[in-house]
Formats: sequence, structure tokens, C-alpha cells
Amino acid sequence: MEAANSPTITEARKTPLNALHRRLGAKMVNFGGWDMPVEYPATGGLVAEHKAVRGSVGVFDVSHMGDIRVRSGRKPGGALAAVQHISMNDASLLAIGQAHYSAMLYPQGTFVDDVIVHRLGEDDFLLVINAGTRQKDIDWVRQNTRDLDCVVEDLSDAYTQLAIQGPHAVEVLQKLTDANLEAIKNYWFAHGTVCGLKNILIARTGYTGEDGFEIYVPSDQATSEQVWAKVMEAGRDFGIIPCGLGARNTLRLEAKMALYEHEISDTINVWEAGLDRYCKMEKGDFIGRAALAQAKSAGLMRTLVGLEMVERGIARDGYCCCNERGETVGVVTSGSPSPTLCKNIALAYVPPAMSAIGTPIYVEIRSQRTKAQVVPTPFYKRARKAAPQSAASSTAKTI
Amino acid sequence: MAHPANYRYTNQHEWVDAKGDVATIGITDYAQHELGDVVFVELPKPGTKISAGKSFGTVESVKAVSEIYAPVSGEVVEANLALQNTPETINSDPHGAAWLIKVRLANPAEVKSLMDAAAYEKFVADKGKEASA
Repeated sequence: MEAANSPTITEARKTPLNALHRRLGAKMVNFGGWDMPVEYPATGGLVAEHKAVRGSVGVFDVSHMGDIRVRSGRKPGGALAAVQHISMNDASLLAIGQAHYSAMLYPQGTFVDDVIVHRLGEDDFLLVINAGTRQKDIDWVRQNTRDLDCVVEDLSDAYTQLAIQGPHAVEVLQKLTDANLEAIKNYWFAHGTVCGLKNILIARTGYTGEDGFEIYVPSDQATSEQVWAKVMEAGRDFGIIPCGLGARNTLRLEAKMALYEHEISDTINVWEAGLDRYCKMEKGDFIGRAALAQAKSAGLMRTLVGLEMVERGIARDGYCCCNERGETVGVVTSGSPSPTLCKNIALAYVPPAMSAIGTPIYVEIRSQRTKAQVVPTPFYKRARKAAPQSAASSTAKTI
Repeated sequence: MAHPANYRYTNQHEWVDAKGDVATIGITDYAQHELGDVVFVELPKPGTKISAGKSFGTVESVKAVSEIYAPVSGEVVEANLALQNTPETINSDPHGAAWLIKVRLANPAEVKSLMDAAAYEKFVADKGKEASA
């Protein structure tokens, strides 16, 4: 037996919780240059972690994510102009205390990275970026805002980022904070005292397709471990368990959330990835806009679809997709068994003509053509509770 | 989980239980632990010839595909079809109910060249040290 994708042996970076993960007996992998827990076998492993998040609550160390702060320079408006220039969503629509999904694009309309943009203040934004693209992203932001009136700061190493995710996340975190969490709507955030630490950013965001929060606490090891321990303690009655990147991947796949170098990359454009609703062509010029306008009129060559295996087999990242005649028509970008649905699911790029629901697609699994079909996405969508009445009020100047 | 003293082992974490000229083959407890939750198994049909060191099937966990290499050469006489519906047995009983295939040995002497339980356990322990170093 030999793992087909064993971790590479290089000096990987460590989050402040690395020692804790090792004490918990986590299986570690190199992810984007980071030594990260993929699952915690002692507390049940990947499938148990996945189910904890769907059914109750789980906690992830996502401190490998990067954070870029963009503030205005001498005059008001500089930060907004910068964010508008480098990202595709319309940041002018964000209220203070609100966040949205967006992406930074190359001039070709393909992806530098996807980002969550948080509006901390009128002239103050926080961009949360992927681990594997951290340096590239920071260089990109600096380079492309050089002539704009803004200050760019790399805060990536300043925070330990914990994601508390699941239908009971709100009850667990509420025990540890004075902020009124029920008042924070999905994709909004507030600042509050968490575990006795003042002015902590608490965002109702995540990468699981479930309700939950991401908190940003100081990155020294002692504080990070204390907060982790308190979250575990607060979650005990709900059966909280630590969750690794393995469950994070199956959860985000079920929710059809893109993963960089899989569904999005420097060769895939916004229309192909189906991220149209986060791309605001009417907001004015931004990097990638002209190419996207041209791509739209030229028409799509491929489009992202959801697949479900009909025959026995698991589609995996990189496997070929064929038509009934056995001709290669596309490629799987992510594929896995779905612990929630108990089916084998995948995301794949195929020609638009083969993207209708029910279309048979044959995935080549170890030189065996195995039947799948196009199904609606997301594969999993949570039932939403009634929205809270009032939005969070947040005017904090620091994060 | 103890590794049965009467089995032989490979450095790819397969076990062999030879009785006369028929050997039962599976993967070790160490292997199932490394894999995590097993969700899929693909095995050769009876009559298939397998040769030592070559892949004869795959075991998949949620996150990865792993090849299984033949510890010995021979002809498959039976595959454990129950694993198709209950692949998780590989996690719960890797040395027993979750055997993968039975093989008629082409060369029974091949078995003796494999590690015994003590040697395998030392091999795995050294691997653990390497990983935590």
C-alpha cells in the first residue's frame, strides 16, 4: 500500500497551533507550504469531523490564511478606489461591518486568488486570502495599488484564525463573547471581547456551507492555545471536535465553494467558473474587466458542472471526462465521496453543450470509463433560519 | 492492534497468511490507520494473475487513492466481495474479516522472503520515529 499523493518533504510553515495539533495526534500534511492537520484520528477522523460540522459544531485552525489590510492614504476614498481596482465585486456596496466574496483577477480575467473583503471602516478594508497564494497576493496588491492613495499592510502573521462551524456554532461562541452573535448576519462581522481578549474580529463567514464564525485572535502560541481550549470547553455539550483540512475540503465541495488551483486558477476565467454574481461589470473599470467583456461576447468554451457518479467509482481531481464516444471533453477539478449525501460527487469543466442536468459524462478512473451524470449544484444547501431583525453595529477602527 | 505472528509482511504494508500453496492477502492495521476511513475497494477477479511487487487493486479513503501491491506472485482464486458493500471493515478488522484476496502461490518460497511480525513492527516503529523527527 502506498499513498498516491503523499506529502512532500520540505520545510513547511507552522501555525501557532502546530504543537497543539501534534499533541492531539493529528495526521499532518503539507498544504500550500504549510504543515497542517488533515484529520484527527483520535477524535473520529475525517468523516466524523464532516458530520460534526453538518450536525452540530466543529473547530478548524485556519491561521494559514493570509490577511491584507488596505487603508486610505492622505485623503478619504483611496482604500475603496484600490479595492475596486484590484477586485471584481463592488466594494462600494459594502456597509461598515459587512463582508463579501470577491476575487482578484489578472488582466486576462483569470484568477490571482479569491478573497473575502471585509469593510472595517469607511477607508479601511481587510482582504482574507488563501495560504498557498499569500506572497503572490501581497505582491500583487502592492504592485497594483502603487499609484493609488492607499496603505497596504500584510497582517497575515498577526492573527490566529479559528473557524467555528456548524448549526450550534452560535451557541458555542456566544458563551465566550459579549458581542450579540444573533445580531450578526451571514457575511457580516462585529468586534467584541472573546475569551477576555478585547476588540476581536468576529465574522459570520466560513468555508463549509454551514452557519458559523471565523474569529481573529492574537497569534502568540499561548493566547492561541488558550482560545482553542476555551472553544473546546464551550463546545463540549454539543460534541465539538477539532476538524482538519480533509473535512474542510469535503464540506466546501458539497457546498460548491471554489478551491484555488482546482475550480479557479490563472487559466480559468470568471464566467467559466460560474462566479458571475460576484463580478460587477457595471461598477467601473477593474483589472480583468476588459478581457471578461471580450470573453463574454466570444462565448464559453467550458463551464463548471456538478457530477454524481452513476457507476461504481470515485472521480478524483485531474481525472479526464469523456463523452459517450470516449473522446476527452473535460476534466475533474475536485472529486470525493460526499459524507452527507453518501454519493460520489465531483466538480468538472465540460463544454457548455454537455452541461445540462442529466447529461451523461464518463469519468476515466484508472483507464476505466465510469458513468456519471450532471446534477444540480450546490450538492448540499443548508436550511436557513429566519434572518435576524437588526444588523450588527460595528464601527471599530482596529481589527 | 497486534500483528498476527503467523503472518508475513511487506514494506508496503500488506500481510500474507500462507497455508500450503494458498495465501490470503490483506493490508495491515498500520495501513488502514494511515488511510483513514476506507470508502471504496477495487479487487481483481478470480483467475487474474498477479506478480510480486505489482499493483493488483486499490483501496480508497475519502481523501486518497492507494494502490495495493502484490506481496507474492500467483493466481487469484477468490476476492472478498463483501468489502464492496462494507469497505469500512478494513478499518475495523484489517487482519481478519477484511482480507482482500486469496491467491494460489506460483512460488511458495516467496513468502519466506517477507518480514515476520517482529521485523514488521520494528519497521513501522522506525517509520514513526522518522516522521516525528
